[in-house]
Amino acid sequence: MDSNKRIRLIVDITKLIITILVSCGLVTLIVLVTSSDPVNAFSSFFLGPFTSVRRIGNIVEAASPLMFTALAVIMIFSAGQFSMISEGAFFIGTLGAMMIATSVPLPAGIHPIVAILVAGAMGAAVALIPAVLKMKWQVSEVVTSLMLNYVVQFFAIYMVSYHFREISSSSLASIEFKDTSILPVIIRGTRIHLGIVLGVILCIITYFLLYRTTFGMKLRTVGNNAKFAHYSGIKVTGIMVISQVIAGALAGMGGGAEILGMYNRFKWTTSPGYGWSGIVVALLARDNPLMVPLAALFMGYLNVGANIMARNSDVSSEVVQIIQGVMILMIAAEALLKKWKQKMIVKAAKSEAGMKGDVIND
Amino acid sequence: MEAKREVLRMENIVKVYSNGVMANKGINFSINAGEIHALSGENGAGKSTLMKIIFGEEQPTSGDIYINGQKTVITSPQLAIKLGIGMVHQHFMLVSSMTVAENVILGVEPTKGILINMKHAIKQVEEIAEKYNMNINPKMKVEDLTVGQKQKVEILKALFRGAKILILDEPTAVLTPQETTELFEELKRLRDSGYTIIFISHKLNEVKELCNRITIIRHGKSMGVYDVKTVTEQDISNLMVGRDVILNIEKSAPKIGKTTIRVSDLTIIGENGKHCINRLSFSLREGEILGIAGVEGNGQLELVEALTGLRKYNAGSIEICGKEISQCNVKDIRKLAVSHIPEDRMTTGAAPSLSITENMLSDKISSNSFSKHGIINKRAIKQYGIDMVKQYQILCKNPDVSIDSLSGGNIQKAVLARELSNNPKIIIADQPTRGVDVGATEFIHKRLINMRDNKKSVLLISSDLNEVLGLSDSIIVMHEGRIAAYFPDAAKITELQLGGYMLGIEKQSEEEIKEVRHGQ
Repeated sequence: MDSNKRIRLIVDITKLIITILVSCGLVTLIVLVTSSDPVNAFSSFFLGPFTSVRRIGNIVEAASPLMFTALAVIMIFSAGQFSMISEGAFFIGTLGAMMIATSVPLPAGIHPIVAILVAGAMGAAVALIPAVLKMKWQVSEVVTSLMLNYVVQFFAIYMVSYHFREISSSSLASIEFKDTSILPVIIRGTRIHLGIVLGVILCIITYFLLYRTTFGMKLRTVGNNAKFAHYSGIKVTGIMVISQVIAGALAGMGGGAEILGMYNRFKWTTSPGYGWSGIVVALLARDNPLMVPLAALFMGYLNVGANIMARNSDVSSEVVQIIQGVMILMIAAEALLKKWKQKMIVKAAKSEAGMKGDVIND
Repeated sequence: MEAKREVLRMENIVKVYSNGVMANKGINFSINAGEIHALSGENGAGKSTLMKIIFGEEQPTSGDIYINGQKTVITSPQLAIKLGIGMVHQHFMLVSSMTVAENVILGVEPTKGILINMKHAIKQVEEIAEKYNMNINPKMKVEDLTVGQKQKVEILKALFRGAKILILDEPTAVLTPQETTELFEELKRLRDSGYTIIFISHKLNEVKELCNRITIIRHGKSMGVYDVKTVTEQDISNLMVGRDVILNIEKSAPKIGKTTIRVSDLTIIGENGKHCINRLSFSLREGEILGIAGVEGNGQLELVEALTGLRKYNAGSIEICGKEISQCNVKDIRKLAVSHIPEDRMTTGAAPSLSITENMLSDKISSNSFSKHGIINKRAIKQYGIDMVKQYQILCKNPDVSIDSLSGGNIQKAVLARELSNNPKIIIADQPTRGVDVGATEFIHKRLINMRDNKKSVLLISSDLNEVLGLSDSIIVMHEGRIAAYFPDAAKITELQLGGYMLGIEKQSEEEIKEVRHGQ
């Protein structure tokens, strides 16, 4: 239905704009209530990220890991699965890349590639666990993946603390990465690294995979109606497992790219939570891989703004968490704008049916 | 007619669903006290929507409802019940682990202090059942009842809640002829005691037999109200479809060929340890339509699932084109040129939010004509969608819209397009025209006969006896997982005869049943 598609698009975009406006309004409200110098806090949050090339770079840097995890989420959700493993897969990816970067001597150029591939493999391996548990024994992947995220997080920290630790450092940090392993910066004056290019390429590949291949079509069929897919002769459980493995690999590579592009040591004492933010980005992008870079940039902007505000004023950066929560709520809220949408649909349907008269609604 | 009191009037009802489908386009509908009023129309014509509006399940986009002359807005089923409207859904809404009485009183329990007064409840239910001559034991568990009895429970439920207007949504679709006769008796008795009944059906002979007046709906508009006595079945049918429909199925004599499916001593044990299929044997041959009649739940579903690879069997064998299939999965069986039109198109036969084209391709996307090295050929797919929509007369704006925006009949045509465009040797058609309008039914029947004339084998499972009798060359009747009867020539039997075997009242001798194996 062409008119229907158009209406849906208009409603979706309006919804997105409202979501963003409400988020911004919420920030304003929080700032007004908590800050003694609200003007400064505002300008730091909203304008701060654009005040220098370095800060604009920060937005892109912050967006980079979110693209990978959002793609992982899209991959899993499209197959009708609800594994939350992108969080754990990302973190295990950072561990994998760290191990290669610190301990395996390789020539420059090849070193980061190998490290990121290992990171992807480890992410895939982690994602395989809940997938196989579900396939073999129908264990809910939601539960296992959530629990597994903790296991993965503490395993990674254990590995760093006991096997890769820089002994001279007082805080937890791994030994330094070899120079050959670092991803090069591509824009001078920023820390925007090659990882972001990889992210964008993967967005395109994921789109292609989902919408231009037989595998993608089977995957979407499984996601939409698994019973129907089985009836059509599609190997349903296989597709479900593969989708999660690919997702794990995507998130794992994201972890690798992030740590090799932004750091020279592994310094996290807790997972940075990019897996969770990835869900928000995937929702913002409406499960469309091609929209992921934009959505990730927006989230990146919010994060950078919040950080600048925290540094320059008396409002803390946790504001972003509240915004994320509100955005999820608003995007997930089916009833938002429903009446307006219905009105437009009625109008279109009536004009197509050749009926005249006013629209009387509810 | 003037003397009759109008109990319900709907004026200019318009309903637009959120997916843009305009189900009702200004329908006027009115019923009088103490009549049985038929509501007929093709599927997707807007009957169900209209009834949902009366019962408060859906709100009209515009239009007014008057009950006993009073303008009313029915906001919920609870309010509808309060206003004296009762609905018997096509799919029963009963708790199967509870007794009849418990189901009837659910939500309106007579109480004694804080406890439910069960004794009183059972007595009340018994009284109502007796009053309208419905033979049912209130202490029985619903899961132990037959389909016909369950329907009685539904009617009792509505009466217990004080319904004066009863809506029955295709009540005979699941009944045997004997049960249908019984239902009609009860409905007539209810009418004579002053109840008003809205009878939704597209079985025209039933409408003729039971109803006083009929409202016909086509494409969301009312085609008028008629006194049933003054119109013929052909008239009604023409008004419903808007063109002349051939009610009788015409076909030439079958040209029988080789055996394609051979089932021997097939046994399937269900999850509850019950034998769903018990040492079943038959064979299907080229160029014939073999009908399987039977009350639902007598092993037909399990048989179909076993034949299509959706279910493993416990003993016996199934050979398709000479290949034993116990180790085959769905894909392997599809490769043997077996097509399957599933019983429930929405849960098994379609992926609702994918496009019509994608739905018609789900089984063959990997074939060379639509993809190479795993990458899909967009142009070929688009062309296929356009061709199929045209060839199978699927009414839609374009083949890229999601399939759930179509009416039931058109979704079924899309299923048919997918299954028949594979050049199959064997077609397993499970309730191919259930909930499908007259026009689409005619189309589907023609296609199936066309397949059979082209030397294909068709296994037809249907609870619509008219269909089984009209379409099949020979017929098996299934009862409790076994074959109760085999009729080599479908033209020589009547609905009533079939009914006896379906209910297990009669059973053929072993010798007669053995005929179905055609000497193998």
